[in-house]
Amino acid sequence: MASGIRLAALTSLLASGGTAAFAAAEEGEKTGMPQLDFGTYPNQIFWLVVTLLVLYFLLSRIALPRIASILSERQGAIARDLEQAEELRRKAVAAEEAYKQALADARAEANQIIAEAKAEIQKEMDAANAKAEAEIAARTAESEKRIAEIRSGMMQAVEDVARDTAVEIIDAILPGIADPKLVADTVAAKVKE
Amino acid sequence: MATEGGPNIHPMEQFVVKPLFGGHELNWYTPTNVTLWMGIAVLVAVTLLIIGTRRRAIVPTRSQLLAEGLYGFVYKMIEDINGKAGLKYFPYIFTLFTFILISNTLGLVPYSFTTTSQAAVTVVLALAVFLTVTTIGLVKNGVGFLKVFWITSAPLPLRPILAIIEIISYFVRPVSHSIRLMGNMMAGHAVIKVFAGFAGVLGLFSFFPIIAIMAVLGLELIVVFIQAYVFTILTVIYMNDALHPGGH
Repeated sequence: MASGIRLAALTSLLASGGTAAFAAAEEGEKTGMPQLDFGTYPNQIFWLVVTLLVLYFLLSRIALPRIASILSERQGAIARDLEQAEELRRKAVAAEEAYKQALADARAEANQIIAEAKAEIQKEMDAANAKAEAEIAARTAESEKRIAEIRSGMMQAVEDVARDTAVEIIDAILPGIADPKLVADTVAAKVKE
Repeated sequence: MATEGGPNIHPMEQFVVKPLFGGHELNWYTPTNVTLWMGIAVLVAVTLLIIGTRRRAIVPTRSQLLAEGLYGFVYKMIEDINGKAGLKYFPYIFTLFTFILISNTLGLVPYSFTTTSQAAVTVVLALAVFLTVTTIGLVKNGVGFLKVFWITSAPLPLRPILAIIEIISYFVRPVSHSIRLMGNMMAGHAVIKVFAGFAGVLGLFSFFPIIAIMAVLGLELIVVFIQAYVFTILTVIYMNDALHPGGH
């Protein structure tokens, strides 16, 4: 029964050349699948083709190129950002290197300055030492001279005292025999021993 | 037939093509519910893929992310199966996928008309794919396209038999390709309609069919995507025959 109606719809489609009476469609609805009502096919196919063409045009001309450009732009942006990050990283490393270099230079310079200062101080100290030593040596020599003078002065005094004492002793024991000259020579010889 | 028995359920009524502005004449140019829902599908596609991407944001908005997701999904599908050579037909395949996916999904809206549940629509889509693939195959490879039917990896005596099977299966492709989509769309929607009819007559107990409708609707949400995907990936696989015949 359904196939009969389908056949009728088909023949009416063929007879009317693409135009079917809607009544046939209404009848088809009650008997089976409306999908098999061939009378509606030209209409559906026409609108499908129109829709697909419109959709194809809109998608291929506007939507797809735009999405493609968005995606490639994003790729580009990501790549660019990564590159930039790499560049910045390189710069940071270079800056660190420069900093380290500057630090090393400063240290070297400081060491040099310290060494120079040390050398200068050493030189000054050496000069001062030498001067001081010379002075000390001069003073020592002078002192020794004076000590020698004092010593010789003292010897003279000891000799004088000894001679006088000897003369007195001789006068006391044997008065009148004392020969001052002999006593003096003897004492002088004894003192010199 | 559906009207027999108690509840007055017309599960197939939703598939009837009607003139949009009344009247009984149905000429090929008459605006119908088919026109309306195809137009809505185009509007949805425009909203999603053109208006949604108009800001060209580096960090995408939600609709732009969806558009980019669909683009990448189809692009990768073609690239994986057909290689770079297939990307020439990307707009064509993307149009098919977008149209089917949006039409299927729109069909789930209550009171809507599912254009992809119509044999006329799916058959035209499948025939378009069939003719495109065959034409590209013949233009690109000439007689070499017939290698599709001559399976060199099989033993020689078997090849003529396999060739016959391959030829038959090749020409059956548009049938299975179209019936699969139409059947899936029609069945799910008819089931929902039947449950909805039950809900109308069961009174207090109508929450049973309503829960069932929710479950079927959830299932249908998966089905509408899977069917769009299946139609598209089969198109891409058929296209592979045209681009690389004999590459079994």
